[in-house]
Amino acid sequence: MASITIRGVRKNYGKTQVVHGVDLDFASGEFVVILGPSGCGKSTLLRMIAGLEEISDGTIAIDGTVVNQLEPRERGCAMVFQNYALYPHMSVAQNIGYSLKVAGVPAAERTQRIQAVARTLELEHLLDRKPMALSGGQRQRVAMGRAMIREPKVFLFDEPLSNLDAKLRVQMRSEIRKLHRRLNATSVFVTHDQVEAMTLADRLVVMNGGRVEQVGTPGEIYTRPASRFVATFVGAPAMNMLEGTVELDGLSLLGGSRRLAVPRAGLPVGTKVAMGVRPEAVRLVAPGTSGALDATVDLVEELGAGRVIYVDLDGSPFSVMTSEAIHPEPGSTVWLKFSADDMHFYASETGGRLDVFKASVPEPA
Amino acid sequence: MEKRVTFSKWTIGILFAVPQLILIFTFFYWPAGQAVYWSLTLQQPWGGGNIWVGLDNFRSILANPDYWRSVSASLVFAGISTGLAMFIALVLAALTDRQLAGSWLYRVVLIWPYGIAAPALALAFRFILAPEAGFLSVVNQMWPGIWDPGLDGTDAMASIIVAFSWKYVGYNFIFFLAAFQAIPRSLIEAAAMDGSGVIRRFWDIQFPLITPTIFFLLVINITESFQDSFGIVDIMTSGGPANATNLMVYKIYSDGFKGLDYSGAAAQSIILMLLIILLTIFQFRFLERRVHYR
Ligand SMILES: Nc1ncnc2c1ncn2[C@@H]1O[C@H](COP(=O)(O)OP(=O)(O)O)[C@@H](O)[C@H]1O
Ligand SMILES: [Mg+2]
Repeated sequence: MASITIRGVRKNYGKTQVVHGVDLDFASGEFVVILGPSGCGKSTLLRMIAGLEEISDGTIAIDGTVVNQLEPRERGCAMVFQNYALYPHMSVAQNIGYSLKVAGVPAAERTQRIQAVARTLELEHLLDRKPMALSGGQRQRVAMGRAMIREPKVFLFDEPLSNLDAKLRVQMRSEIRKLHRRLNATSVFVTHDQVEAMTLADRLVVMNGGRVEQVGTPGEIYTRPASRFVATFVGAPAMNMLEGTVELDGLSLLGGSRRLAVPRAGLPVGTKVAMGVRPEAVRLVAPGTSGALDATVDLVEELGAGRVIYVDLDGSPFSVMTSEAIHPEPGSTVWLKFSADDMHFYASETGGRLDVFKASVPEPA
Repeated sequence: MEKRVTFSKWTIGILFAVPQLILIFTFFYWPAGQAVYWSLTLQQPWGGGNIWVGLDNFRSILANPDYWRSVSASLVFAGISTGLAMFIALVLAALTDRQLAGSWLYRVVLIWPYGIAAPALALAFRFILAPEAGFLSVVNQMWPGIWDPGLDGTDAMASIIVAFSWKYVGYNFIFFLAAFQAIPRSLIEAAAMDGSGVIRRFWDIQFPLITPTIFFLLVINITESFQDSFGIVDIMTSGGPANATNLMVYKIYSDGFKGLDYSGAAAQSIILMLLIILLTIFQFRFLERRVHYR
């Protein structure tokens, strides 16, 4: 168990900077997930913690000790790689026990610890096999075993589940969670899959373009996305965003074709904002309901338990998720309503969250 | 979809193959057949055709201690020069793989020696290693007479070994570097996370994973040391002093063209050919199995 402190960390490859100053604190025993789109610098950040990439600027400390200059083996981290990185010429047992062998642990103790790890991961019958003769899920377990056996202070995972099929991924997800509850080592898990992130994380770090956009519990990130990027990146289907302008009596949306009566709370008239609302917060209401917006149905996507209705709101795409047994025909008109509590506002220019609208009026008129 | 070129008539296909077939027959099967014929016959000293002697030529060669000295010289040469060329290339490739600055330069520079014809590089080494004026003349100044490939058989052997190895270091380097770079970076990183240092990683991960390449180069280097050594020996030592560097391939030439013993030389080339064929088959059949993981 160990805490991790990241201060002003940057990464340059030659002249290009790919991580632009990251500050993070991970508590001891916490399960942190770093979520972000491909290429945002998640792996780079993780690899800097591991010691596989040099830290161009800033410091990373594990348990209060700055590790910038330490070799990977001196940092007490274990890592599970995306492609597993199993040693192809070694058996499963040798793969799992390699770190102990390097550390000079006597053969008898080594065997015993390999057995113990194999039992936890249900790998006992595979110990003599080579990685080539294993399925994807089994390889994944071996990679986990190789990390576990060292009883590291910190577990690092770089998209370890992305090569598995959907069912196995769900299963491994809960196993990783269970394992963490048992070992209770600080874990940093990198993924681009938001479902994975939401289900695994004690705390979530959302990254974009080499910067941290938001840090919080999955609940906080879902209910109060700190930026326009987080709002649209987290949640499926993505949050609806409508461009608007602040006016004297509220908000004019979609170039003035729709109006919402929300108080402007100090924002100067003419400020450009983006109003977001999650598809699952939108209700379908009877035609002509006051404060409702009418839209034309484009497409209905059946999900089994519910369905996503994609509509056209004066030329802007908009989606609604409902569990009601409603199946509107494409081309028909539906009426949509959502409460002011479910609206999120972001500054058009910076993408930053504006909470000024929230204060009073509960319903758009 | 795979696209294939197909010929409407099989005759067109044959026509394309003919030039290659002519080359192979003219320059390999025909001379090889001639060699077999000569090795089983004896040319009469004053003409008048060949007399069939069966395996007599082989018997007399194998009974000749000079021949066995040549065989052992060849084996010493093959062993040391292959070992040297592969070891140096392996070290250079391992260092280059760690992406030291300017590694692209070694890559280009190191392949050049392989492109130089053996006699040309042999001439260069003859000057370099000359006891009276070359680089090594310095040691002779300090300890007079310690280095003289013209008189000392061991020095002569060392000279041709150095020249041959110098040529094959570049060749081996290219293959080793490719093999190292084919190892996924994440394997090395996983080993580093497992606490393994640079040297340990090399022995535990990289070395086992390049054994197919090591094996391949072993076959190539030994085979080439039996054949490609000719030009080097011819220019640098002419098989001397006192036959110390009279390798099998050079002895074929000197017995045949200098000693005019065509039958004996033919029999020797058949033996050398069989040796190389056997070596290749043996290595591929029996050793390759142990180095496969995939
Ligand atoms: N060795 C490298 N040299 C140059 N650029 C790199 C290197 N490794 C990664 N990058 C760049 O850094 C950015 C972040 O990469 P990475 O951390 O792997 O992203 P991801 O979030 O998908 O894991 C990407 O734009 C990538 O192109
Ligand atoms: Mg990545």
